[in-house]
Amino acid sequence: MSALSSPEHLLLLAVAVPFLGALAIPLFHNHPNLREGVTLVTAITLCLLVLRLLATMTAGARPKVALVEFGPTWSLGFALEPLGAIFALVASSLWIVNAIYSIGYMRAHREPRQTGFYVCFAIALGSTIGVAFARDLFTLFLFYEALTLSTYPLVTHKADAEAMRAGRLYLGLLLGTSMLLFLPAIIATFAISGTLEFTPGGSISGRIGSVGIGLLLALYVFGIGKAAMMPVHFWLPAAMVAPTPVSALLHAVAVVKAGVFCIVKIVVYVFGIETLAASNAAGWLIYAASASLILASLIALTRDNLKARLAYSTVGQLAYVVLGAALANSTGIIGSGLQLATHAAAKITLFFCAGAIYVAHHKTEISELSGIGRRMPVTMFAFLIGSLSIIGLPPFGGLWSKWTLTMGALDAGNLFVAGVLMVSSLLSLAYLLPVVARAFFLPPTEPSEALVQGRIAEAPVSCLIALCLTALLCIALFFGAGRVEMILQDLFPDLTDTH
Amino acid sequence: MNAAVQHLPILQVMLPLLGAVIVAFLQNARAAFALTAAISWTMPFIAGALLWQVMESGPISYHLGGWAPPWGIEYRVDLLNGFVLLLISAVGAVIMPAARPAIDFEIDAQRQPRFYCMFLLCLAGLLGVTATGDAFNAFVFLEISSLSTYVLIALGPDRRALLASYRYLIVGTIGATFYVIGVGLLYLATGTLNMADLTVRIGMAWGEHSRAVITALGFITVGIGLKLALFPLHAWLPNAYTYAPSWVTVFLSASATKVAVYLLVRFYFSVFGPAIDLDLQPVASFIVALSVAAMFLASISAVFEANLKRMLAYSSVAQIGYITLGIGLGNQAGMTGGLVHIVNHGIMKAALFLAATAVVLRVRTMRITELAGIGRKMPWTIAAFSIAGFGLIGTPGTTGFISKWYLVLGAIERGWWALAFLIVASSLISLVYVGRFLELAWRREPLAEVANAADPPASILFPLLVLAAATIYFGIDPSLTAGVAGKAAEALLGMAR
Repeated sequence: MSALSSPEHLLLLAVAVPFLGALAIPLFHNHPNLREGVTLVTAITLCLLVLRLLATMTAGARPKVALVEFGPTWSLGFALEPLGAIFALVASSLWIVNAIYSIGYMRAHREPRQTGFYVCFAIALGSTIGVAFARDLFTLFLFYEALTLSTYPLVTHKADAEAMRAGRLYLGLLLGTSMLLFLPAIIATFAISGTLEFTPGGSISGRIGSVGIGLLLALYVFGIGKAAMMPVHFWLPAAMVAPTPVSALLHAVAVVKAGVFCIVKIVVYVFGIETLAASNAAGWLIYAASASLILASLIALTRDNLKARLAYSTVGQLAYVVLGAALANSTGIIGSGLQLATHAAAKITLFFCAGAIYVAHHKTEISELSGIGRRMPVTMFAFLIGSLSIIGLPPFGGLWSKWTLTMGALDAGNLFVAGVLMVSSLLSLAYLLPVVARAFFLPPTEPSEALVQGRIAEAPVSCLIALCLTALLCIALFFGAGRVEMILQDLFPDLTDTH
Repeated sequence: MNAAVQHLPILQVMLPLLGAVIVAFLQNARAAFALTAAISWTMPFIAGALLWQVMESGPISYHLGGWAPPWGIEYRVDLLNGFVLLLISAVGAVIMPAARPAIDFEIDAQRQPRFYCMFLLCLAGLLGVTATGDAFNAFVFLEISSLSTYVLIALGPDRRALLASYRYLIVGTIGATFYVIGVGLLYLATGTLNMADLTVRIGMAWGEHSRAVITALGFITVGIGLKLALFPLHAWLPNAYTYAPSWVTVFLSASATKVAVYLLVRFYFSVFGPAIDLDLQPVASFIVALSVAAMFLASISAVFEANLKRMLAYSSVAQIGYITLGIGLGNQAGMTGGLVHIVNHGIMKAALFLAATAVVLRVRTMRITELAGIGRKMPWTIAAFSIAGFGLIGTPGTTGFISKWYLVLGAIERGWWALAFLIVASSLISLVYVGRFLELAWRREPLAEVANAADPPASILFPLLVLAAATIYFGIDPSLTAGVAGKAAEALLGMAR
C-alpha cells in the first residue's frame, strides 16, 4: 500500500484514472444513471488524487516517472511541478462540476450517442492531465494531439452539416498548426539543446542567439493553436456548435487552457525567463498578444450570439496568459497561472449560463434575452458574477490575476502593457454587462412571453447546481488566490527565499 | 542444432522456394494453405534468429555450396538486411490467417493451390533479394519475385487485374533489364559480381572505367527506381494495388517496394559509396527532389481518389517518398528516418489494406462515398484503420511520428529548414485524405450499401488488430525499430565515408 501511494505512483495513477473511467463507461451503456455515476466517481477520484499530489508537492516532493525511455531522444514520462499541478487542479475540479451539468443538459436535450460523449469526455480529461504532468516535450505533444483528437467527436456531436464544417476547421487548424509549426519547433529544440526534458531555468539557454529565440518562440506560440492567439483563433468561435458542456470543456476546463498552459510551460522550462528577458526576444509577443487581446474584445462587442461573444471574450482572455508569459518575469508568470485558474472558473460559469438559457428557453441571441432575468434569476445572477470576475472586480477571483499581471507589467517597466490591461478590462465590461442589464431591466420583446412573466422557469436542477458552484468558485478564488500564488511561487526558488 | 543455425541464411530463402514446388503439386486448397502457413510462420523465427545473431556477433557470411566468395555466391546478413528480412517475414506471418477467408472470397478453390505456390515463390524471391550478397543473384531473385507478383496480381477478381498485371509486367521487365545492364557493366569493368568484392574492385577500376561505372550507377538507379515506384516511375503501382486480390495488396504493400528500396540503399551505401571518390551530392539532391514531388503530388492524387484502395496506393507512393527522402538526406538522422520508415510504413500500410480487405469482404465496394457510416457497422475494423491512418498522418504515439521525427531532424541538421517544413506540410495532405474517409466512416449515418456489414471473422480481425497495436507500440517505444535502424544507418554511413 505504501508503495502504491508513493508520489510517483500517484502521478501515474492521476493520468491513468480518466482513461480507466473511459474504459468503464461503455460497460454501463444501458444504465444511464450508473454510467453518469462512473463519470462522477472518476472525476472525483481524479480531483482527490490531484489534491493529494498538490499536498506532497508543497511538502517539497518533485516526483518524476518515465514509462518508456528511448535513449537520449525522448521518454513517455511525467513530472510534478507547480504550473502543471495548478492546471491539473483546475481541470479536474471543473470536470466534476461539468459532469453534474452535463447530466442535466444532455438529458433535457435528449441528445443521441451519450455513451460516446462521456467516453470522449473522459479521454479528453485524461489527455489534459497528461499535458499538465508531461515531463518532456514529446509527452506534452503526444497528449496535446490526443486532446485534439478526442475532442473532435465532441465538437461534431450534432453530426449535421454545420457541425461537420466546424469539426473540419477545428481539426484542420489545431492539427495543422501543431504539425506545421509546433512539431518543427520541438524538433528544433532537440537539435539545439539535445534534450526534450523540461529543465528549470530553460534548456536552450546560451545555445542560440536572440533572433533564433524569437523565431522559435513564434513557432511555439502559433504552433500551439489551442492558445487561440490571433490569427489562429478561428476554430474557437466555430466550435460553438458543440453542446454546451463541450463548450465549457473547450473554453474553461481543458482545451484552450492546455494551449496557454503549454506556452507558459515552454517559456518557463524551455526558454527560461532569464534568457527570454535578457535576449529581449519576446518583445514582439507582447505586441502580438496585446493586439489579439484588444481585437478579440472589440469583435466580442459586435457579436449578438451569446456563445460567439463569449468565444471572442475567451480569445481575449487567453491573450492575458500569453502576455504574462511574454513579460518574462516571475510576477508575469505567476499572473498567467492565476489567470489560468480564475478565467476558467468565470468562463465556465458564463457558458453554463448560456447553456441553461438555451435548455430552458432555446434562446441563443443576446437580443432575445430581454427580460429573461426575471424568469431565470439564479442563472442570470451567476452570469453577473462570472462577468464581474472576467472584468476583474472585487470580490471575485479575476481581480487578482489582473492585479498580478499589471504588477508584472510594471516590474518589466512596461507601461504599454499596463494600459492595455486597463483598456481591455473596460472592453470586457462593455461586452458583458449589457447582457445582464438587458436580462434584468428590459421588458420581454415577445408579447406571448409577457403573459407568463413572473413565472420562474430555470434550467434542470443539475445545471443550476453546477452553475451556482462555479459562481461560488469565482468568489472563493478571491479569497483563495493567495494559496494558488504561493504554489506558483515555487516555480522560482530564489523568489521564495527572499520572501 | 549447430549445423542448422549455420544454415539459417539459406533456409530463409530455400524453405519457401521448396515449399512452392510442393504446393504446386497439391490439389487441395486447404492442404496448400496449411503448408504455406506453416512455412510463413517459420520465417520470422529464422529472420529473428539471424538478426539476433548479427546483433550479438556482427554480420553473417554464408557461402553457397561451400564456394568461397567472390567465386561462389555469398549470402550476407547484416543489420540492414536482417531488419528487412524480419519485416517481410513477420508481416507475411501475421497476415497469413487472413489469407483463407480473403482468398476464398476472391479466388475459386481449384486455383487456390496455384495462388499459394505463387505467394511462396514471391516470398522466396523477396527474401532472396534481401539476403544475397551477390549482385546477379539479386537479379535472379528479383525476377522470381516479380514474375510471381505478375501472376498474383492477374488472379484479381476483376478483369482489369489482367491489364494492371500486364502493365506492371512491361514496366517491371524494363526495370529488371536496366538493373541487369547496370550489373553487366559493373561485371565488365571489374570482373566480379559479389557486392563486397565489387566495392573493392570498383575503386580499382575507377581510373580506367569511370564512365562505365557511372553509367552502371544510372542504370541500376533507374531499374530499381521502377521497382520501388520512385516518383515519377510509379505509374504501375496504383492499378496493380487496386485490382490485385485484396490480400495480395496487403502483402505487396508491406514488402515488394521495401525490398527494392533496400537494394537501392545497398548499392548506394555499400557498393558505390565507399568505392568511388565521386561526389554523390547531385544524385542525393535529385533523389530528395523526386521524393518531395512524390510526397506532394501522390498525396494530392490520393485526396482526389474515389476508390479506397487506389487512395491507399497513391498514399504508398507518397510514403515511399519519405523513405527515399531519408536516403537522399544521407545523414545519421535522415537515414534512420528513411530506414525506420521502411518498417513503419510496412506495418501501417499492411493494416490499412487489411482493413480494406475486410471491407471488401463485407460490402463488395471500394467507392469511398458508398462506405459512409461503415464505422458504426464495422467498429473494430475501422478503429484499426483509424489508428493506422493516424500513423500515415504522423500523429505522436504512432509509428509515423517516429519516421517524421527523424526525417525532420535530419533536414534541420543539414540546415534545410524549407525541407523540414515541406515534410510536415506534406503530412497535412495525408490528414486531408485520411480525415475525409474517417469523417465519412464514423460521423455519417450508415447507407443502405453497408447496412448488413459487420466486423470480419477473427482470422482477419486478429491480424488487423495486431498490426494496429504494432503501429502504436512502435510509436511509443521505438527502441526495436528506430534503435536497429539507427545502428544500421551508422554502419552504412561509416562504410560510405
